[in-house]
Amino acid sequence: MEELLFGKLTWDSVIIVQEIEDPNLNTFITAGAAAMIPIGGVMIVALLWWLKWWKPLISWVTSVDHKRIGVMYIIFAVIMLFRGVVEGTLMRLHQATAIDGGFLSADHFNQLFTTHGTNMIFFVAMPFLIGLINIAVPLQIGARDVAFPKLNQISLGLTGAGGFLIMISLLIGEYATGGWTGYPSYNGKLVNPGVGPDYWLLSIGLSGIGSTLTGVNFAVTIYKMRAKGMTFMRMPLFTWTALATSILLIFAMPPLTACCAMLGLDRYLDFHFFTNDMGGNLMNFINLFWMFGHPEVYILILPAFGVMSEIAPTFAAKRLYGYKGLVAATMCIAVLSFMVWLHHFFTMGQSTTVNAAFGIATLLIAIPTGVKVYDWLATLWGGRIRFTTPMIYLCGFFILFVLGGFSGVVLANPTLDYQLHNSLFLVAHFHNVILPGTLFGILAAIHYWFPKMFGFRLMESWGRLTAGCWIFGFSVTFLPLYSLGLKGMTRRTVDYTDPSYVPLMIVSGVGSLFLSLAFLFLLVTFWRSIVNRKKLAVPFGDPWDGRTLEWWTPSPAPEYNFAVLPEVHSLDAFTAAKEAGTAYDPVEKYEDIEMPSNTYYGLIIGILVSAFGFGLVWYIWWMVIASFLGCIGTMIAYAFLPQRENIIPAEEVRRIDEAWRREARETQGITRDEESNETNKGLARPDILPSV
Amino acid sequence: MIDLPILLAVADSFLHPIGPVAEEQLKHLNFVMLITLIAIIPPLVATPVILWRFRRKKPTGTYRPNWDSNPILESLMWGVPLIVVILMGISLWKITFRLDPYRELSDAPLKIKVIGLDWKWIFIYPDEKVALVDELIVPEGRAVEMILTTDTVMQSLRISAVVGQIYAMPAMTTKLNFIAAEEGEARGMNTQFTGEGFWKQKFPVYSVTDEQYNKRMEEARKSSLSLTPETYAILAVQGTSEEAKKPLGIADQVGPITLLLPEVNFFERVLARYWANEPMTPETQPGSPDYDPTKSTLPPAPSEPMMKM
Repeated sequence: MEELLFGKLTWDSVIIVQEIEDPNLNTFITAGAAAMIPIGGVMIVALLWWLKWWKPLISWVTSVDHKRIGVMYIIFAVIMLFRGVVEGTLMRLHQATAIDGGFLSADHFNQLFTTHGTNMIFFVAMPFLIGLINIAVPLQIGARDVAFPKLNQISLGLTGAGGFLIMISLLIGEYATGGWTGYPSYNGKLVNPGVGPDYWLLSIGLSGIGSTLTGVNFAVTIYKMRAKGMTFMRMPLFTWTALATSILLIFAMPPLTACCAMLGLDRYLDFHFFTNDMGGNLMNFINLFWMFGHPEVYILILPAFGVMSEIAPTFAAKRLYGYKGLVAATMCIAVLSFMVWLHHFFTMGQSTTVNAAFGIATLLIAIPTGVKVYDWLATLWGGRIRFTTPMIYLCGFFILFVLGGFSGVVLANPTLDYQLHNSLFLVAHFHNVILPGTLFGILAAIHYWFPKMFGFRLMESWGRLTAGCWIFGFSVTFLPLYSLGLKGMTRRTVDYTDPSYVPLMIVSGVGSLFLSLAFLFLLVTFWRSIVNRKKLAVPFGDPWDGRTLEWWTPSPAPEYNFAVLPEVHSLDAFTAAKEAGTAYDPVEKYEDIEMPSNTYYGLIIGILVSAFGFGLVWYIWWMVIASFLGCIGTMIAYAFLPQRENIIPAEEVRRIDEAWRREARETQGITRDEESNETNKGLARPDILPSV
Repeated sequence: MIDLPILLAVADSFLHPIGPVAEEQLKHLNFVMLITLIAIIPPLVATPVILWRFRRKKPTGTYRPNWDSNPILESLMWGVPLIVVILMGISLWKITFRLDPYRELSDAPLKIKVIGLDWKWIFIYPDEKVALVDELIVPEGRAVEMILTTDTVMQSLRISAVVGQIYAMPAMTTKLNFIAAEEGEARGMNTQFTGEGFWKQKFPVYSVTDEQYNKRMEEARKSSLSLTPETYAILAVQGTSEEAKKPLGIADQVGPITLLLPEVNFFERVLARYWANEPMTPETQPGSPDYDPTKSTLPPAPSEPMMKM
């Protein structure tokens, strides 16, 4: 009976119970982390109760507004980033002291590097980027919403379900230990019969379906919903990279879903896709996983490249250099990213011709990537550069990302990969591209677009400090790992015996403390800016003298984005309008605006899929069947519900929009010298500089 | 030759090679780094210069807000990396073939068959009729061909100072060819994560004179243990080779475990356990938490290979 109700789940599965039974520093850390789930949950509920925020919360989680969905993705990612940074710091500190035994058990350390990797890739970097794409793309192309608003909500629900599974594994049971790539047969049923690998494959498998849907949604949005006159070659570069990312998502996520499903069949139903015996072959998993995994790398980096392409011209006050080249480079990378996956396993014993061909294909990717860096530098050449927070991230990116590319070229050589594969050199390499590339891009973008979302800027003082701290922390933590990797130290080692590793391990451990501090400063930036939000408000909507459409509407952007859909005649349409002095001219005709109304669809699907995953992990079959049928039932029910639209009358739109335009015409804006002052209300004055 | 001062103390990586393969890898590393510098020095130098020259506060360069393309610059931007990649691609192609781990380095290399277990390696010397656990000894200057498999999950055997690494997988074989050109000691290890004891899976590699090699083999042949399915089943239990000594009944023996090799095809028998159309069970699969050495048996060696090796 108990098994029928609870499956494999018992009291002993709860981590906190384990701490009471066997108290030591290691279980204390796991129990502390586990306790954060219920304590955090209770605190959030209490806070919502106390602040009476239930209603706004409901209006957010049922919203189909792409901007709100974007913000929810980003809040989710920040929470997961907190976990990822703590895990990373714990591992670095443990390794710094490992020669004396460290403070983590081997099993705990192995779970840590698995959750750290899985979490950072699938539940930090991807939600961050998808969140940014959600916020910026419809605004940049002059659309009112995405093509499929409800589908967008479902994607968020599925990502949330994956996040729920990886979070609940902290409290109940355990996570996998096989690394974020989860290779069988280590993760097969015979060697690891526990719940860990099930948590792993379900969390990424289910959220992966959400990512596929996001790809479909944004590809269609960009193909179909651009403003009048916005041809492909007039799209802002961020939108181009979002398009490339969407295409990558559509083609790269299905192999992941497939290989997770096959591993699931192996584990649950005794199939033999990837087993050692009965003709199974683990190499097929590795192939399929990286067929997803390599394009994934570019899913993570391309939107960040897009952000850099927006920031550089804006803060250098000049046109983007080599627009066509950047577009070509973006699409080159998108195509080439599907042709290099084999370089993740040069050492698997395939023929030399295959290795050499994939090695050269990998080198080829360096060409468009290099062109991009040169183009951004040329964008700054001849500009008037303001050292705002996003620019500091961009500077850090220039120097550090180039080093990451450098080590990437080294690793692209199969013969060198025979030495450096699985070493800390590799760990240093991918952190060196993901932190200065993806993370710096994300943080720069948050600073850049934050005012568009919330109507006020983030504080420059804290922002710059945070940026400096990330750059310094990254360099101290990860650059020493190159040296350790060349010396032969492997990744995923809970312990080592070579005393010559110790000094650099300690340096790296200290660096990780700076990364934790940087995360703390990021939160302080948000907090101090929220406190000072009145002074930082930018109601006119254009705090950085922006060039693209998203700045041509008030901040925070209204639900319908644009009172009147803009018409585009060139690249940098907003700059062109400002130069012509017509940006805030009165508009004659307003129309009723139809917006989709709120729905519980995504929330219900998210909860049901979470229950489905949890039931599968613990073999609670009634829960699996009920939630699966529930999902199908919900989809059918919503298909029959009448569509409700929210009509915003033309008169109301006219009242709001006319007031904004009139005030903008009557107010004198600020020059770029005052950008970081309280006088910046989001209205830019033409900024003609004396030539030197 | 680029050698950062911090790396000089290392004795145990390809930065201090004791064989021609690792030596060439080090040379290639230096070549790759040097040639890549052509592409990466410009941005490293230009970044601070441009930021300084065009800073808004006190610029020294002309403001050109509409400058957005230049055909000469554009062709340099695409052309220089392209040339770098072509040069590197040619050398990559050549060296990948030259240092192919499957390429035999002499007509009659010394054959060593390797079985990876949690968390130890068995090195079978079929010609010498002995097997060593967690010790690899090769005569200096003689070409060696290792044929690898595992009897648990995937592993990766790396001997940095000599050759690098290759995966070893259950039911399959891979090859690693090398020459240890100088006398000396290096370290080998598994680099692919395989569980709690993974980091302990390291072993010494001795490159010695023929005389010393023969002496060591002579000594090994005096062992009281043989590599039979029974002793093998005990070795396959998760743990280091030191931990395996007690169940093998040689708790007091100092130094690596050595075994006689009554059956030349023992390696093939291990492979064949996955080729039989019998599913593995938690009791018979080494690496499984329920593995039971008393229940593990090996099938007879196949008369002919069932998979292409």
